[in-house]
Amino acid sequence: MATDIQNEKSRHTIGEINKYDFRTQTEAVFKARKGLDAEIVHQISDMKNEPDWMRQFRLQALEIFFSKPMPRWGGRIGIDFQDIYYYLKPTDHQGRTWDDVPQEIKDTFDRLGIPEAEKKFLAGVKAQFESEVVYGSLKEELGNQGVIFTDTDTAVREHSDLVRQYFSTVIPPHDNKFAALNSAVWSGGSFIYVPPGVAIEFPLQAYFRINAENMGQFERTLIICDEGSSIHYVEGCTAPMYSTESLHSAVVEIICKRGSRCRYTTIQNWANNIYNLVTKRAMAYADATMEWVDGNLGSQLTMKYPAVYMMEPGARGEILSIAFAGAGQHQDAGAKLVHCAPNTTGQIISKSISKNGGRSSYRGLVRVEKGAHGAKCKVVCDALLLDERSRSDTYPYIEVAEQDVTIGHEASVSRIGEEQMFYLTSRGLTESEASTMIVNGFIEPLVKELPMEYAVEMNRLIQLQMEGSVG
Amino acid sequence: MKPTLSIRNLHVAVGGTPILRGVDLTIRYGETHALMGPNGSGKSTLGLAVMGHPNYEVSEGTIDLDGQNILEMTPDERARVGLFYAFQRPVAIPGVKMADFLRHATTNVRNPQRQEGEELIPMRVFREELRTKMEQLKMDAQFARRYVNDGFSGGEMKRAEILQLAMLQPKFAILDETDSGLDADAVRLASQSIAEIGREKMGLLIITHHDKLLEHNPPDFTHVMLGGRIVESGSAELAEELHRYGYERIRRAYPEADAQNRVMAHEEVA
Repeated sequence: MATDIQNEKSRHTIGEINKYDFRTQTEAVFKARKGLDAEIVHQISDMKNEPDWMRQFRLQALEIFFSKPMPRWGGRIGIDFQDIYYYLKPTDHQGRTWDDVPQEIKDTFDRLGIPEAEKKFLAGVKAQFESEVVYGSLKEELGNQGVIFTDTDTAVREHSDLVRQYFSTVIPPHDNKFAALNSAVWSGGSFIYVPPGVAIEFPLQAYFRINAENMGQFERTLIICDEGSSIHYVEGCTAPMYSTESLHSAVVEIICKRGSRCRYTTIQNWANNIYNLVTKRAMAYADATMEWVDGNLGSQLTMKYPAVYMMEPGARGEILSIAFAGAGQHQDAGAKLVHCAPNTTGQIISKSISKNGGRSSYRGLVRVEKGAHGAKCKVVCDALLLDERSRSDTYPYIEVAEQDVTIGHEASVSRIGEEQMFYLTSRGLTESEASTMIVNGFIEPLVKELPMEYAVEMNRLIQLQMEGSVG
Repeated sequence: MKPTLSIRNLHVAVGGTPILRGVDLTIRYGETHALMGPNGSGKSTLGLAVMGHPNYEVSEGTIDLDGQNILEMTPDERARVGLFYAFQRPVAIPGVKMADFLRHATTNVRNPQRQEGEELIPMRVFREELRTKMEQLKMDAQFARRYVNDGFSGGEMKRAEILQLAMLQPKFAILDETDSGLDADAVRLASQSIAEIGREKMGLLIITHHDKLLEHNPPDFTHVMLGGRIVESGSAELAEELHRYGYERIRRAYPEADAQNRVMAHEEVA
């Protein structure tokens, strides 16, 4: 029996939503021992057959990681770094076609609906299973246009000069403790290079999964949009349930050169025991536009603040984020916009929902540097509390070093209104249906930005989160 | 026997303050009743209590639909047995499209046994019906894609209520000042729309200050509420009289209820 469906008893109530909660048994081909030291880093580098510059980079990052204290803000992080597996390689070669992919992994992907999705309109599917990309495909036309879409490990080997030019230029290892950790032990992630003037019309997608107990996942994504290019990258995460704590700490770096446009959409639905500590940052150059669309569900603690540094005149940064904090969950999410040049424009829209004692925090920074004349920025954060026990906090930091700038900040906290509930229930909706509908309406501004299948999935995930939340 | 909504000796308090003090009213399927009365007399309270608003506490009396006690039912259960209340001030549900909301509501009301998560009315069937109904009510097709009551004008809100009435086809409907805040043309349209939905196919209680809404819906009975009680009932002529001459005669005839009403109206303003 290859598949072990947990939570059997709740299947009938949740129906197909339950497909997100399962675990596939896989044989790991290579599994490093638990714990973290230079030997483990060497082992990872050996396994990946990396150039020496990457090995040295990892070792330096490891030193930085050990030298940095744990952050004393945000949420409570209870991780024993020596009790985690840092590397696990599920198969010894990367699958090129569907037939090459081992059956257990296929089972997992089937349940996630990946081949289905691929059949529809996906350009390329990269699925990260545990630490290594095992299955990937890319439409020929993209390749013909000079687009590179591969896992970052392969990119380091095959496009070493390109990777070396940009890698860690946006988020250096000393940026924060978890960026340092990722830099030391990273594995997998996507590497995308879009040549000048190339516009990719359909979203590129990747699915990520963590599937080994106590296994940290440290993917590393690097996207380079060359001048005048455009791309929409979509990443969705689901994780099976485990009883002990697991760590996910990714680094995502994006470079938007002059006149380019990048949208990066993430929906993350982590199991309740996962620490999700992610650093995401983009640099937008002249007249370039960077958009983060970020949805956070599940996890024990998420700390994630997608950032856009607007480096040259006319750059735009937009961040749309949503967090759903249920029982025992803390979503410390937000956004960061840094105006480094004149006439740059930023917007943050943040929505959070807390229920059953869940806690969501908006933590945002807007900074206008000296010389960034005419910068415009708008911040809107709305929180919805579903009950008395839940909590919402707002930490908006605004630092402005110029006079002629326009900055707007609006924040609201609301509870599901009794009158809204009565209105909907008086039309025949149950309390639970009514509150789900109100919550879905609340996040509609984000959902309507998603590709159709993600919008459907997002609504289902919300419905799952809302199960039994009333009464 | 025709289905009957039967209200007996209904006492309702809000936040501990008594509003209704023994209301008796019987509405049979196919009948149209007008409920009139000065501000603060308790008309909306009656509607909200029948629909089961949690803040309206029934301290005494009964409400039966076909002999079934509805007081123990939640608002959604009441909707599923065929009750409908058109709000005087509908609330906005931002982000929820009219069509999605209506499809859900219509499914539940037509299939009272439906469990959460079960199939909705097929999209195609629902859309066609909604389109037809909206055409009948001379509503723009765009309306279905807008968020429920969000940014609606007063007139649009009331038309949205009438559309819901048309879709849900209740056995008994209470229309709470569906004419308030509308100009003369809009009231006429609302009045026609209600007539077109077919008031003979339900029991209708129209709460109104004006006679315009009754123009196309002449009441079989008219009731006057004062100080939380129905003090007088009559025919369509009573509605006409009240519209023409106001409530002076009624106030003088029932001084005790009138005094009560003045206190309640004062509290409502405060």
